[in-house]
Order: sequence, then structure tokens, then C-alpha cells
Amino acid sequence: MLDVQQVSGGYSSEAVLKDISFTVEKGELFGILGPNGSGKTTLLKMLSGILPFQEGEIVINGKSLQEYKAKQLAKIIAVLSQHSSQSFSYTVKETVSLGRYAHQKGLFQTWSTADEEVVQKVMNQIGVSRFQNKNIQELSGGEKQRVFLAQALAQEPEILLLDEPTNHLDLSYQKELLDFLKQWTSENGLTVISIFHDLNLAGLYCDRLLLLENGRINIDQIPNEVLREERIRDVYHTDIQKHPHPKVAAPQMVLLPKRNCEVVNFNIDETRLHISEEWIELTTPIPLRTMSSGVIGSGTGWHQIFVNRHVHKDYSCSNHRAEMASFLKSKGFEPSETVGMMTAVVLEDVVYKRFIEEEFSIFVVVTAGVGNAIDASKGEQHSFEMTPGTINTWVFVTGELTEEAFIQSIMTATEAKVKALNDLKVKDEVTGTIASGTSTDSILIAATQTGAVLEFAGTITPLGKLIGKAVYLCTTEAIQKSSKRKRK
Amino acid sequence: MRRLFILKFLNNKYLAYCLAGIFLVLSILLGISNGTVSVPILTIIKIISAKVFGFSLLETIDPMYSSIVLNIRLPRVILSGLVGASLAIAGAAFQGLLRNPLADPYTLGVSSGASVGAVLTLFFQLSIPFVGSFTLPLLSILFSFLTIFLVLTFASKIERSMRVETIILTGIIFSSFLGAIISLMIALTGDELRQIIGWLLGSVSMRGWEYIKIILPFFIIGSGLLIFNAKELNAMSFGEERAQHLGVNVQKRKLLILTAGSILTGAAVAVSGTIGFVGLVIPHLSRLLWGPDHRHLLPLSIITGSGFLILADLISRTIISPTELPIGVITALIGAPVFALILLQRKRMERSG
Repeated sequence: MLDVQQVSGGYSSEAVLKDISFTVEKGELFGILGPNGSGKTTLLKMLSGILPFQEGEIVINGKSLQEYKAKQLAKIIAVLSQHSSQSFSYTVKETVSLGRYAHQKGLFQTWSTADEEVVQKVMNQIGVSRFQNKNIQELSGGEKQRVFLAQALAQEPEILLLDEPTNHLDLSYQKELLDFLKQWTSENGLTVISIFHDLNLAGLYCDRLLLLENGRINIDQIPNEVLREERIRDVYHTDIQKHPHPKVAAPQMVLLPKRNCEVVNFNIDETRLHISEEWIELTTPIPLRTMSSGVIGSGTGWHQIFVNRHVHKDYSCSNHRAEMASFLKSKGFEPSETVGMMTAVVLEDVVYKRFIEEEFSIFVVVTAGVGNAIDASKGEQHSFEMTPGTINTWVFVTGELTEEAFIQSIMTATEAKVKALNDLKVKDEVTGTIASGTSTDSILIAATQTGAVLEFAGTITPLGKLIGKAVYLCTTEAIQKSSKRKRK
Repeated sequence: MRRLFILKFLNNKYLAYCLAGIFLVLSILLGISNGTVSVPILTIIKIISAKVFGFSLLETIDPMYSSIVLNIRLPRVILSGLVGASLAIAGAAFQGLLRNPLADPYTLGVSSGASVGAVLTLFFQLSIPFVGSFTLPLLSILFSFLTIFLVLTFASKIERSMRVETIILTGIIFSSFLGAIISLMIALTGDELRQIIGWLLGSVSMRGWEYIKIILPFFIIGSGLLIFNAKELNAMSFGEERAQHLGVNVQKRKLLILTAGSILTGAAVAVSGTIGFVGLVIPHLSRLLWGPDHRHLLPLSIITGSGFLILADLISRTIISPTELPIGVITALIGAPVFALILLQRKRMERSG
């Protein structure tokens, strides 16, 4: 379809682009990326025939770009620019109709019924026909962009070139436009070549990406390959982190802002812990990176308030999440900043311990009730019943944990808890075997993400050792306390 | 529903031409009828139709009337009509090409360029062999062509995007410079000072049929070229790059349009001197009334432009009769405020985004 061969050139004597070669197949959505000044727009101008190039060749459908006359080229390539000037108040339909210029023949270039049909069809597809008699100067930025897209598509092109099409558009228009382009590439075989500023949008929609760096091709590959942390960091000279998209298999990059404030030095210990009859609360001056299975704030996130709420052992609620959220609000906690758990255990029986290593420290808070203890290996013998009796474990780490370390922390803490139950010979009442936990246990790992980097948290790593010990001790003591209370 | 709409649309365009046509005919009749001697409109119609269709009705009409109509007023009206039409369509084309509602032969300095050519011809008694009386318009055209190129090159050197204000400013600089050259030439030659100043301010008086013959071929060529490029002008009013993307051969078309505009301006200046603002007011008005589509804007500008200048001429020679005002005074009195209004409106639009 489009074949670029060793193209070099630019505006003046100094070449902006150097030795660019790539091909684009029919029906592809091809993205061009690169930092400012890397030559993206220059490349697009060369492709559209506006800017001559000094060396190399661009071949479209087997024919060199220079051999095409302006009109012939307009039937193959249409361009949607970043912004179009409109000095006069043409109507939307007049504007779209101009797209048919290259298709009209003869000295008088009469408007044929075919032209009218194409224009009406395109306006319907883009959704601008309802304001076709409106003046384009009266339209909003998003609507204008759609009108010019309709104009470009009225050319019935095989290739559509776009220069940052989503610039100036709000989120919904961005998505709409790109969804539409994607649909046209798959349904009508339109080839789309587009410059993107937004790496994430490019990663979401493009079949292939071309990354330019200082006028040269850095890489021409599928998005997952192009959007690598190290590569983007090098080319854009900025701190960036890659994340998988939560819903679709597309890479996403997030910026890492420079932290201006000094790293707040603070400890997490019992002085931050407030215990009342109704709840246990711990608040930190900065949000902590968390991974938890609480009622509120579960999964991964950033949270600043940690609440373990006492509920009566007959507590039952059809929507316990909403109930918990309104409880938190009523007590002055912002649910979006909070990890919230519930327990039927008397909160007085909470056990907490702090352990300090050279470069980091951990603080563990456990409430444990084993009225509902269960042997995980024999879980299937139990009917699904929510009975209170829960071990809630909080582990706070002052240090920077990797994702791996978070998961290993959970494993280590769980293993320590199981061991505690084992040593206390806590029985699963249904099966009579030794229990491994309760059916509603919750865990929270929270890290300050400042200070020492803790890459691992397996049982024999420095962090793992501490977590294992602390959780074991706390859980044992907490179970003993609550069983003593029961016996009274 | 759509048929109805199309029908309405067509009617609208017909209506536009009808209105413009009525305005032109009325202006012509008024222009011929009024003056130191008033000629009844019915008589005018009789005289003209007799002349055109070769009737010999003339004996029933006062020969003084027919002499006034045929030898003085009619050529004057036709000449001012042609000049108005030329300037209006040239203005419309320049505005479309430069995406600049303030462009017109006068504000761009093209008229001044043409004047320099004309003054050179008049005062050095230049005559190009074989073309004879066409030396004057040809040199004017040449100079207007050179001026527009200089203005545009200079403006693009100041700023690549050639904003509206930049082009106008460049035009003003060139106008002043060329105006100074003209003054210098006049001062150096010394004689015929009054006549040349009258001519510079623009006038269509005492020109006769001779001048109509001079401007007519250029008017036909120039406006023909522009009307054939109406679609390209539509495309180019969205920007040259956009036009190229739409399939317009921008370099060629731009040259054609600039040439046509220069031909029209040069010829108009050669016969009537510099008359400002016609090319600004008329296209602006036509666009307001009937939309910016050049396929209609250009012909409509021709019709309204000629009517407008005929009326302006009528006012200039009757308002403080028997003294005649230069016609350029009238057009500037109307045009300059319109220029200011457009500028204000544009700025307001830019601010509101």
C-alpha cells in the first residue's frame, strides 16, 4: 500500500528526517510517535505530498508519490490536520462537499448525484448531518474536527493521514473519533496513519507503532514492543512506568511526577493507633501503597486511613460495602482514602508489634477470632455461611516494595498465620482437623514506598523474616486473648 | 423533505441574483437619469432600446436628451459599473485566496502599484509598439502584479503563517512607499498637477466610450479566469495545505488567481485612478447576505459592485453639485468604517474562540 524507502529531507539544508524506511499495509492503523521535534509532522507532510524530500522514495500503490498529480493523489490520500483555519462562514455541507473536488470532472465540474450521495452518506456516518446547514464557525472544536473528518472521508481515500487528531478534543470525542477510525480500518479497509502525542491512546488503538527519535526510526513494531519502559524513558527523557490496561490487552504508560516535597520521615507505630470500642484506626501523614482484601479499598491502591470496625456477631447486611462506606463517612473518614475491615472480635484484644531492621521497620496489627476456623484443605465440607470470627492482619512497612514483594508479603503473612493456628491446635469444628484460618480473614500490606527498596519478601528475605515473625507472634497472642475472653 | 429543501435553496440563489440584478438596473437608471439635467427614466429606456434594437424612435425624443444619455451619462455609468465590478471581484478573490476578509486591491497596495504604472505611462508618454492605447492598462497590470508579489513575499518573510494583520500592514507599507514615488514623479514633472491629483483620488468623469474599450477585454479575461477558479478559491479559503490535500494544484491556481486579480485591478486603475474599499465592502456584504461560496460570491460581487460604484459616482457628482467630488472620497467614506467594523468583529470572534 504505502512504502517509504530511505527517505531523508526537511525544510532547509539540514535534514530533519534521516533514512526513514517503513511500509504500511492496507487496513492498518499505524501510529507515529516521538518527542517534540523528532520529525513526526515533517514525515506526515512528506507522505501527503506537501513537503518535498531530498533523498529516497515514497511509493503508493506501486507508483512513486511524485508521479501523482494533485487530484489523483487526493483520491488516494486524505489528510486531517490538527486544526484547520476557517476564515469564512461556510455551512457544514459546503465544507464536506469540498471533499469531492478531486472526483469532479470536466470544465464546469458539475455536482453529480453520486457526489451528493457520498456526501450525505459520510455526513450520516460521522453524525454531522443533523447540523449540515449550520455555519461551521458556530460549531465547537469537537464538532469542527468531525466536519473536517467528514470532508476527508468524502474524498473516499484509501489512506487517511492524521496529525494528532485528538488534540483539543475532550475525552469522549477522543474515544469516539478513534473508535470510529478503528471501525473504518476493519470494515472499509481504510489505512490510517496517525501522529499521536498520547502514548496510551496509541497503545490502545494502533496495530503498529513507529517511534521516531531525532529524525531517525527508533523502532517500528507492535505497541507492546514499542511501549517499553526503558525505551520510552530514553527517547522522551522522562520517568515513566508501564502498566497493563485493566480491561484490554494494551500497554499503558504512566508519568512519574517529580516529588518536590522532602521525603516525610515518619514511623508507623502504636502512637498512630487509636483503639475504641467501635473501631481501630490508624492514619498516616501520606498515602501508603496498599494491597488488601478489605471491605473497602480492596485490591491495590493508595490509602491513608485504615479502619478495623467492630460489628456485632449477628451483623448481616445485603450490601455490606455500601453500609461500610456510609459508616466510614458518618465517622468522618473519606471512604476513597480508607481501607476498611470488619470483625466481631472485641477490639480490646488487638495485638500489635513493631520490629525494626537497619533500613526499614514493620508494624503489625492483628485481631483474631477463631470461632469460625476452617481447614482450607477441607473447605468443600463447609456450607457457605457468613459467621463472624475473623483474623484481620495489617502489615505496615516503611520501605519501598515492588509488586513482587507485595505478593510475597501476603504469602509470608498467611503462612505465619497458618503456623500460629497450627501451633495453637485450633480445630475446624466440622472436620475435626487443624484449621488454617477462618472463612473471612482479611489482610492488608501497606508500604510507605519511601526509603529502602525491598525487592522480595519471601520467608528468608530480611522483610519476609520480620513479617513471618511478627505475624506469628501477633496472631498467636491475639487468638489466645480472644479464647481467654470466650472461656470467661 | 430534502427535495423541498433543495428547492428552497435554489430559490434562494435565484432570489440572490434577482435582488442583485434589480439593484444594478435601478442604479444604472438612477445614474443616467440624475445630473445637472434630469432625464426621465422612461425616456432613458426608450433611447437605449432604440439604440440597441435599431428603432428610429429618436425623432419623438429631445435630441439633447439622447445626446446626454448616449454620449455622456451612459458611458460614464458603464465605465463606473465595469470599474466597480472589476474591483469587487478582485477583492473577493484576494480575500478568498489569502483567507483574509480585510484584503482588497486598495488595502493590499495593488492599486498603488497600478497607479505607479499608470503615472509612469502618462508622464513619460510611454507607448508600447503595436498595443497603442492598451499601453496604459498593460503597464498598470504589470505593476499591480509586481506589487502583489512583493507584498506577499514580504509578508511571508515577516511571518510564515501570514496572519490577516501582517498582510494588511505590509500592504499599507507598500502603499505609502508607492504613493511617495507617485508624489515624487508629479513634483518632478511639475505640470498638470490638478488633473493628476483628481485622477489619483479616482474618477470616472469625462472618460467616454474610449475607456470602456480599454477596460472591457481585461474585465472579461480577469473575471472569467476567477469564475473558473471559484471551486479552487473555496478550497483555498480553508488554507493552502488543506486545498492541496483536497486535490487542488495550489501553485498553479494561486498564480492564476493572483494574475487575474492584478489584471482586473490594473485595468480598473488605468481607467479611473485609485478607488479604494470597493473590493472590501462589496464581497463582505455579499458574503453576509448570500454566503461565502465563491461560485456565487464572485458573480454576485460583480453585479453588486458595479451597482455600488454607479451609485457612488452619482452621489459624488450630485452631492455638492456643480462641483464634483472624487469618487474615491465617497467609497472611502463608506469603506473605511466597514473596514473598522470587520476588524472589530474578527477580534471579538477570536476572543470568544
